[in-house]
Amino acid sequence: MNDPINWQSFFFLLFGLVACVFALAVVFSSNIVRMAFYLILSLGSTSGLFFLAGADFVGAMQLLIYVGGTLVLLVFGVMLTAQGPFVSLKTRGGEWVLASIVGGALFAVLAQRAVSISDWHGPERPLTLADSGEAASQPDSATSDAAGPADETKESEPFDPDGARAEENAAEDDKEPAPPTHEGRRVELRDTRTATAIGMALSGPRVDSLGEPSAVRRGGMSSYVLPFEIVSVHLLVVLIGAAYLARTKKRFKTED
Amino acid sequence: MNLLTEPVGLTHYLLVGAVLFVCGVVCMAVKRNALGVLMGIELVLNGANVNFVAFANGNLRSDGDWALGLDGHLIALFVIVLAAAEAAVALAITLNFYNNHSTVDVDRAEELHG
Repeated sequence: MNDPINWQSFFFLLFGLVACVFALAVVFSSNIVRMAFYLILSLGSTSGLFFLAGADFVGAMQLLIYVGGTLVLLVFGVMLTAQGPFVSLKTRGGEWVLASIVGGALFAVLAQRAVSISDWHGPERPLTLADSGEAASQPDSATSDAAGPADETKESEPFDPDGARAEENAAEDDKEPAPPTHEGRRVELRDTRTATAIGMALSGPRVDSLGEPSAVRRGGMSSYVLPFEIVSVHLLVVLIGAAYLARTKKRFKTED
Repeated sequence: MNLLTEPVGLTHYLLVGAVLFVCGVVCMAVKRNALGVLMGIELVLNGANVNFVAFANGNLRSDGDWALGLDGHLIALFVIVLAAAEAAVALAITLNFYNNHSTVDVDRAEELHG
């Protein structure tokens, strides 16, 4: 086995195993405090998976909002209510059996669908080798093609004469570079930041659709101003509603 | 097919997402603590988010033209924000229920059905 270790796969295995194992630990633990801690670990390593998939902004937001905000809120809820018998509420055995059957069947369906499509098994390895030869021949335009599939990707072609400027915010820049496996192969590190493109898409123009040659697909890439506004109003309503629901009522205190 | 030397593909991400999703569904079904049910919801949303982010990346598959691109990232962001909002409201309801009934056992919330 002479192949060097593919470090992207290594870190994917690391984060994926931690995420799955601690998600299972959340299910099978009965102590609510430990469940909260396992959930923090599981969601934290999920953000590592996001970084590996090229979604740097989403991964950072996962850490900031989810792990840093939502789960701290959840831990506070656990601390406020974990008293006496509520720390560990046991589930009856029959419910475990039923839930395991349903969960196993659901996982079987999902896994079968995920495995059955051969296009999803990964980038094709011989094609990346062919791309590396092409990359050596035209060194200034090879950045996006070295990582992509071998067919001349329609998105990346119009970018190449323009240089790297237009490519910086393009959607296909989310992609990780192909793993360097063979000696003599050029390893290109590309700018894979997505924060600018996401910010632009939330406020109006879609900078990742500028080089899209197909008018149909370009029309499908609409901006996200309206969902952004809806979410803003939604968050305001949730803020007011949560504060209203969680306030302490004086009436109940005096009755005690 | 050594996993350490082969590049990962979309299938691997989908399997991780499926594990998270199924764990969340089972967690929602079996937990008696209301906060445990809430944790199950968080796991389900994260499993869906893993799928969105994986589908957004065209480099994980051989038909990379059909990748979601930036749309996947944006949908994942909206899911994260809505999950935060949902957790806040659910936690407020749970605390209210705990104040009124002195329990967080969802099996004892029977008088809530009107």
